[in-house]
Amino acid sequence: MAAISREEVAHLARLSRLAVTEEELDRFAGQLDVILQSVARVGEVAAEDIPPTSHSVPLTNVYRDDVPVPSLTQDEALSGAPDAYEGRFRVPRILDEEE
Amino acid sequence: MSDLTRLSASALASLIASREVSAVEVATAHLDRIAAVDDRVNAFLHVDRSGALEAAEAVDRGEITGPLAGVPIAVKDVVTTKGVPTTAASKILEGWKPPYDATIVERLKRAGMPILGKTNMDEFAMGSSTEYSAYGPTNNPWDLGRIPGGSGGGSAAALAAYEAPLAIGTDTGGSIRQPGAVTGTVGAKPTYGGTSRYGLIAFSSSLDTPGPCARTVEDTALLHAVIAGHDPRDSTSIQQPVPDVVAAARLGATGDLTGVKLGLVKEFAGDGSEPGVVAAFRESVEALVKLGAEIVEVSCPHFQYALPAYYLIAPSEASSNLARFDGVRYGLRTGDDGSRSLEEVMSLTREAGFGPEVKRRIIIGTYALSSGYYDAYYGQAQKVRTLITRDFQAAFEQVDVLISPTTPFVAFPFGSRTSDPYQMYLADLFTIPTNLYGGPAISVPCGLSEGLPVGFQIMAPTMADDRMYRVAAALESAVGTFTPPAL
Repeated sequence: MAAISREEVAHLARLSRLAVTEEELDRFAGQLDVILQSVARVGEVAAEDIPPTSHSVPLTNVYRDDVPVPSLTQDEALSGAPDAYEGRFRVPRILDEEE
Repeated sequence: MSDLTRLSASALASLIASREVSAVEVATAHLDRIAAVDDRVNAFLHVDRSGALEAAEAVDRGEITGPLAGVPIAVKDVVTTKGVPTTAASKILEGWKPPYDATIVERLKRAGMPILGKTNMDEFAMGSSTEYSAYGPTNNPWDLGRIPGGSGGGSAAALAAYEAPLAIGTDTGGSIRQPGAVTGTVGAKPTYGGTSRYGLIAFSSSLDTPGPCARTVEDTALLHAVIAGHDPRDSTSIQQPVPDVVAAARLGATGDLTGVKLGLVKEFAGDGSEPGVVAAFRESVEALVKLGAEIVEVSCPHFQYALPAYYLIAPSEASSNLARFDGVRYGLRTGDDGSRSLEEVMSLTREAGFGPEVKRRIIIGTYALSSGYYDAYYGQAQKVRTLITRDFQAAFEQVDVLISPTTPFVAFPFGSRTSDPYQMYLADLFTIPTNLYGGPAISVPCGLSEGLPVGFQIMAPTMADDRMYRVAAALESAVGTFTPPAL
């Protein structure tokens, strides 16, 4: 049985904000199925009582000292923006016109 | 001098310090070499001639001294360089000039090391061949029809082609070590947290580790010492002194390993390595025994699950990290014709800007993190990560370091593993366990198989980076270095 269907790949691509083409969906569905069947082997390991490792460094909540330091200027921060307007990032409309 | 590009970094540093050659001459020799051969190698995505020469002039004026002052270096294009294009080999960042330097780049500059340019790689460091670069693959100087490894194939090839004496790589699952192995160069992945991630374009934040690449073990250690150490701007940076890797490399070069215990991982023995790789590895083990090392077989029963666990953890983190490429703050924006919504523009931008392997991993990561699948995939992979860490800890109670081939196969021809992505993933079979554990590992050339280099991997406990340098330098003293045919 396939681990993942073409429809699921299409759904995941939407969630990932990837406007994939029909041709890509055909190709990815088969490839992702092979990959997911292979990685599903982690399920063979009996690990109910094992704590998860998110990170190899045993540190939590590392804070810096609360001292202001210079940061990027507004011009520097906007220097790579595809579109900027009056010192701000300019984006396409977020709400539909009727909303 | 016409042969400056053939010298080690350590030799170049001495010549520059004693003013027998100038830093500008050294930088110029390497820039000229790049101009002469890089149309065939394609190791560089961007060459910064004026920036490199300016930095060299500062050294020649006596403004900066130090162990590697004036020695030029190539930097992988996933590391930010202020004002110098940084793309991570992706179309989505084409032409982007970062407004800041990565911490390791700041350290290179402070050490007086001219940056020659930015090296090619698999897009966002996802791959083992550089075939996933949006700007065409890098060709292996040993055989231009074969892959240079990946993701850091450009850095490794630049060394093998004598375009640079030193290079920076990043290693998430083997991206420093596997390219080192297939190009006959040295590459070290430091302890996770031993080198700063600040200014690395993030792929998998719990695994990404920048590190040094060179043609000799001593040069690798010298560069390691320049870039390593605590950085308050990286919240997972370790606050401990850096192990003395340079002294360890020099000790190892004396060729005495009396009393050093090397662990052979039993579970790696049957894992589909090419016969030529196995033969070169075995001969090297014998050479190490002659130097006084003791071989102990150890069992790491969960290593067989490292590859599946990695290909859940790394894509999961990538799917989150790469959400930042949304066409708003930097990089590409596509389809913004005034009629489309932000979400549509975002989806079109990411579709146009990302290559196929990046899309596959984003989709896998999104899947592994979705509710309903999270426990079975991402959660289970994190538990397996704990068991792999315990395997390492148990092994290091018996031995000083673990050894294996770096990668199961020598440089393969272009196109031979791209149609089935999982075949590409197998290149990292032996390198991935270390990333999940967080310890250091190094690849050092150990022989040839059918005329192509084979890499030998040494894995050490967390913050014992010096141990692997000692063994690597001892092996190098026994087997020598390997020179590719003239380009």
